[in-house]
Amino acid sequence: MSALQVSVWRGGADGALRCYEVPRYPSQTVLDVVTHIQRKLDPTLAYRYACRVGMCGSCAMTVNGAPRWTCRTHVDKVAADGRLELRPLRNLPVIRDLVTDMRTFFDKWERAGGHFEGASTKADDFARVRPDSPARQAADAGIECIGCGVCYAACDVVSWNPDYLGPAALNRAWTLVSDVRDAKAVARLRAVAGDAGCHACHTHMSCTERCPKHISPTASIAGLKRAVTKAALERKL
Amino acid sequence: MSVRSDTRLWIAQRASAAVLALCVAVHLVTIVYAVRGGLSAAEIYGRTRGNVGWLAFYMAFVLAVAVHAPIGLRAVLTEWLGWRGRSREWFVLAFGLLLAWMGMRAVLAVFR
Repeated sequence: MSALQVSVWRGGADGALRCYEVPRYPSQTVLDVVTHIQRKLDPTLAYRYACRVGMCGSCAMTVNGAPRWTCRTHVDKVAADGRLELRPLRNLPVIRDLVTDMRTFFDKWERAGGHFEGASTKADDFARVRPDSPARQAADAGIECIGCGVCYAACDVVSWNPDYLGPAALNRAWTLVSDVRDAKAVARLRAVAGDAGCHACHTHMSCTERCPKHISPTASIAGLKRAVTKAALERKL
Repeated sequence: MSVRSDTRLWIAQRASAAVLALCVAVHLVTIVYAVRGGLSAAEIYGRTRGNVGWLAFYMAFVLAVAVHAPIGLRAVLTEWLGWRGRSREWFVLAFGLLLAWMGMRAVLAVFR
């Protein structure tokens, strides 16, 4: 098969693209291409991956201008003309080459109250939650997030307003707000409301467009807006 | 600003948008209706002068604009210019009051 012309970001924030020629194989993924470069052409290339099967959320990069999970992105799908341009994810500081510092991203999950807090103890009986109840269905719609950062990189509001919690953290908060066992409801709504929270979302839907797990953070954020409005009108906020 | 104030501003902007959706529709239909036989100042005055219904409608329209636009401008100033803090709040408040004053002046001018 013919060769791929691959431009890869090298260096930190002030780095530059460097070109490599990579042989093309059937069913080749973008992560395969990066791995080939590091193992055969340039061992100094830094990138991040773990599971290679779309579970861990480590390998996201900007591929031909769009954020994608590279382990499940086939070259055929994104490089019809035989060219690939690989850059680190947008909206995150670059450590080196294709590796970003994701601390801000995960700190925002914390700020959004992204961990479950139940009210029951191990002495209590199991909570019985009907899978077909509207609240559980709302939580289930967002629960499969793998924390890859693709939505965060796709979001223009994050680039304009660095304090904005971003789609992933807000989606996580919505799954907990929708969880009937969760006991932190109002505190969590307080954490996600306001100019740095759900109210900053412009509903551009870039996150929904790009999410590799086909989650709609936009719908989750809309749910948060409704929940926050209800709490505000009931003077609970 | 506090989270509660941010939320109130958001609700005010959505509520004013709902009022504007209605007002803009009525306004556009009125424009199409008003120009059907040519537009004249006399015709406009004939419709609005002394008419409390139109006065109330356009006052509601102006107030909705004066609430809606400054809140939107506030977000634009933050996202495009990075302008935050108290000075931004005073600026958008002044902008809202300016819109309300100019709008009310125009409404009263065609009512009296």
